[in-house]
Amino acid sequence: MSARHHAGAATGGTGPGADRGGWLRLLLAVSRPAAGRLGAAALLGAGAAATAVGLMACSAWLISRAALQPPVLHLMVAIVAVRAFGIGRGVLRYLERLTGHDAALRVLTELRVRAYRRLAELAPAGLGRHRRGDLTERLAGDVEAVVDVLVRVVLPYAAALLVGVGSVALVGTLLPPAGVALGVGLLVLAVGVPALQARSARRADGGLAPLRGELATGVVDLLHGLPDLVAYGAAERRLGRVVDTDRRLREATERSAATAGLGSAAVVLVTGACVLVGLVAGAVAVRAGALSGELLAVVTLTPLAVFETVGGLPAAAQRLAAARAALGRIADLVAAPTPVPDPVSPRPVPPGPYTLRLVDVTAGWAADRVALRHVDLTLAPGRRVALVGPSGAGKSTVAALLVRFLDPLAGQVTLNGVDLRDLRGADLRRIVGYLGEDAYLFDTTIAGNLRVARPDATDAELEAALSAARLLDWVRSLPDGLATPVGEHGLALSGGQRRRLALARLLLGDFPVVILDEPTEHLDEPTARALTADLLAATSGRTTLLITHRLDDLAGVDEVVRLPARDARPVPTPRPRRVAGRAAC
Amino acid sequence: MKPLDPRLLRYARATRAYLALTVGLGVVAAALIVAQASLLATGITGVFLDGDPLDPVVPLELAAVVAARAAVVWLQERMAVRAGTAVKSELRQRLLARVVALGPGWAAGRRSGELATLATRGLDALDPYFVRYLPQLVLAAIVPAVVLARLLPADGVATTTIVLTLPLIPIFMILVGLHTEAANRRQFRLLSRLAHHFLDVVAGLPTLKVFGRARAQADTIRRVSDQQRRVTMRTLRVAFLSALVLELLATLSVALVAVGVGLRLVAGDLDLATALVVLILAPEAYLPLRQVGTHYHAAAEGVAAAEEIFAVLDTPAPRRAGTVAPPDPARATIHLTGLTVRYPGRAEPALDGLTATIAPGEIVALTGPSGCGKSTALAALLGFVTPAAGRITLAVPDAAGDGRTEIDLADLDPAAWRSRLAWVPQRPRLLAATVADNIRLGRPDATDDEVRRAARLAGADAFVTALPDGYATRLTDDGGGVSAGQRQRIALARAFLRDAPIVLLDEPTANLDEATAAEVLAGVRRLARGRTVVLAAHRPELVALADREIRLGAVRAPLAVPA
Repeated sequence: MSARHHAGAATGGTGPGADRGGWLRLLLAVSRPAAGRLGAAALLGAGAAATAVGLMACSAWLISRAALQPPVLHLMVAIVAVRAFGIGRGVLRYLERLTGHDAALRVLTELRVRAYRRLAELAPAGLGRHRRGDLTERLAGDVEAVVDVLVRVVLPYAAALLVGVGSVALVGTLLPPAGVALGVGLLVLAVGVPALQARSARRADGGLAPLRGELATGVVDLLHGLPDLVAYGAAERRLGRVVDTDRRLREATERSAATAGLGSAAVVLVTGACVLVGLVAGAVAVRAGALSGELLAVVTLTPLAVFETVGGLPAAAQRLAAARAALGRIADLVAAPTPVPDPVSPRPVPPGPYTLRLVDVTAGWAADRVALRHVDLTLAPGRRVALVGPSGAGKSTVAALLVRFLDPLAGQVTLNGVDLRDLRGADLRRIVGYLGEDAYLFDTTIAGNLRVARPDATDAELEAALSAARLLDWVRSLPDGLATPVGEHGLALSGGQRRRLALARLLLGDFPVVILDEPTEHLDEPTARALTADLLAATSGRTTLLITHRLDDLAGVDEVVRLPARDARPVPTPRPRRVAGRAAC
Repeated sequence: MKPLDPRLLRYARATRAYLALTVGLGVVAAALIVAQASLLATGITGVFLDGDPLDPVVPLELAAVVAARAAVVWLQERMAVRAGTAVKSELRQRLLARVVALGPGWAAGRRSGELATLATRGLDALDPYFVRYLPQLVLAAIVPAVVLARLLPADGVATTTIVLTLPLIPIFMILVGLHTEAANRRQFRLLSRLAHHFLDVVAGLPTLKVFGRARAQADTIRRVSDQQRRVTMRTLRVAFLSALVLELLATLSVALVAVGVGLRLVAGDLDLATALVVLILAPEAYLPLRQVGTHYHAAAEGVAAAEEIFAVLDTPAPRRAGTVAPPDPARATIHLTGLTVRYPGRAEPALDGLTATIAPGEIVALTGPSGCGKSTALAALLGFVTPAAGRITLAVPDAAGDGRTEIDLADLDPAAWRSRLAWVPQRPRLLAATVADNIRLGRPDATDDEVRRAARLAGADAFVTALPDGYATRLTDDGGGVSAGQRQRIALARAFLRDAPIVLLDEPTANLDEATAAEVLAGVRRLARGRTVVLAAHRPELVALADREIRLGAVRAPLAVPA
């Protein structure tokens, strides 16, 4: 047990930041197929922002010009432009959002498939068994972060860059100092303020993170442990401690709140500064005759519109930090070494009948966590062997070696004399079937779960497998029969039914060799006993390795191999009598 | 989503002060916006039309106004963070206190992981609500009013244009929003099913690999993901309409105002300074409303979290706790009479009409197949669940010996009653604390020697001493760092230290290997000595420990496995 439960450390090695630029390379790689759409979205976004700037610039000129009371005809172009700009912004923005989301979702698909392919190579040894549930849920969330990055960070920045350059060019042409001020202001908002914010957020988080962790642990302990706490009269005391942690977190947060709002304040300040420069420098230029008076309003007021469109940049940059961490985790996953790589030129699978052999094998889920030392084991054709031993003796490690979910650290595992490392994992697993305690049921129908083993199986074949697993009568009694959904993780079924369905699936796979790894774990006594008997009956005729810590149901096996404490070789013991086995318990 | 849930004001008092402050700052902000517009208009007009040099006072005043605006924005956001923190803290404390008050019986019916997430990360979703949404909502009410008040005397036509178009924005947004909501509801199920698919496939990867189906699933994931994209885009095409309407109305109105002002300037009906004020202020009137739209979705998440919390806070207590002091358990006989327990949402009772008697000092084993209600019977004895029918009573012989007093468990002070109990559940929960503190759970004032003695009796001393820091070893979240057998023995040590006259044990050897089970069993045997013990048991060796066996009915098994 302990060996499998600490396997998480094996892959946890590549911590965040192991490869700082990994997230960016990953993002570029998965974005390539949607590059055209992303470019279009960026242009549409820039267009929307440009119409806003254009509306202000054009209106300012129109009004200034109108104040000189020219014939209305001379204003017609400006009037039409102002109206067009008025309509353009909303429409362009709508199109930009649709195009951008569509592109981002395409990238999401790409990333999902890529992450999945990689997971398929890594599973299960490369994932760590301990917190697999956590890992998958976190991964699913991390993958979705790519949409956020593209839609809320990359596209706004791209649009801001385009419209920023355009605005600086426009204002700079009219009045160079105002253009310079605008350029500097944009840089401050796009780069300077986010950098400052990130720094202060890091500093604040450094102090808050331990308190947040303490609070989360306290809350989880209180809520998950509520029965124990109430029974022992400790709930109020524990609640008091959580409240105390919460108070300290609140005080610490309030102390760090001074930096909040600096980004928003910076937008106001920078906007104001650019307007001021435009007004003051413009006034001087008008007096000097370097700037036509009717353009003074343009250089002064245009920054108002520019900053209204790019004011969201500091907030966008803040989003990047979280999303970057998420993408970084996926990049780490993509870069993780494959724990059980397929050979470059795999050998063909030798013809049956099959003998599987462990030769002086030392193995573990990580190099520093050896679960198995110097073990020999032979699984001859047609033999039915029980592997028994206490928790932590490495029984499940043996199973993982035989289906090549794991390679030995020393020694070798062979199939008819061929080292498993010379075979393709998928080829080996057509011969060796595996039924573990954690056999997974997918959230689909009974038939759908069975057809994982053989997609082309007929209903009759499904029923034959169910019958062998002694589940057919029950399935037939269901109103929807084979089409009955099993629920998430098969939870609509009882524990015994789940194992039997998994057994039927294994039988449908028609493997010459089967490994049954603690198939009755976590079942109650009568259910476990009945299932063990049925398991052995259903797999009769196949080479079988039954891994168990139950000694009292071993009547159906030819040989019992004890896997004792570590550092010892397994000792074959004579086949126990059923009665004797029972009495011992 | 209601813009402001009154329950937020009731349950989180920090909201009120914050709201008042935000209104105050909103008025100041609006006044500053108007002042800035007037200064700019004056400055530009003076230089352009009158050919004067720029009045040096104008840039100075302008700088002051800009600085003041920045200060207001900064102050507002700072206050928002403080208020948000206070509100989250208040809601969190109320939530946790409420859950503790409602007790394990109530909590058992919900997923405690969801509650824990709600109390931590879920509440954090309120940040955007307080920091972004609420202030913009306040500004959306104040700024247009102040701006219009300034524009009305200057230019009636422009004011009218704005007054007419401004209300269209919320109206259209509500219309589009209603439509989107309906569309969302239709597609939400489909979307969540598609999202679930990825999780399901990844979680089942080892199984897929066993059957050589892992690679083939990549195509399925691509197909499902593409389908998800198409469904999402269908929703978004409608959802983004609200933003389109918003932008279109806001920008087009500004354009109309600008053109109108221009034409009136040409006609000589208006002066330039006024026209510039109108031009600068018109977009400001629409800006807060547009911001509200931007922050709506982020805020809605926080409000949803708050509503979930309100639902818990509004849950009435199942019944009033009793107040009677419990009798001396060494003399009390426990009677279970027709005890029936139902859990909400389940058709079949979890425990169906159990009648039994447990005499003081007796060791009783509850046996029967999984799901027959053994754990539920213990939960009823602990007072975690309220019987749907039947009752538990304690009968004590009167001092004279000629009669007896019967007390219903429901009338007892639950805390006092539980202080007479020790309980070892099937899977004890260990806290993220030291081993010693975990053992001290029921007696926080126990000395180190007492803790050690309890551990020795439970068969835990040897492995605890072998831990890196012995009894001071800190366990991580839920007993990370100890095995299942060690967990059981720490829980047994808890029970020993509690030294209670009545002990409730729930399959203490379930899922342990033989050697470990034997050690735990030895501990149980020591614990049982001289106490009343109720024991939920599967294993024969555990049943053998008892004086007497109470078989719970093999209840209905419509989904039972064929034997």
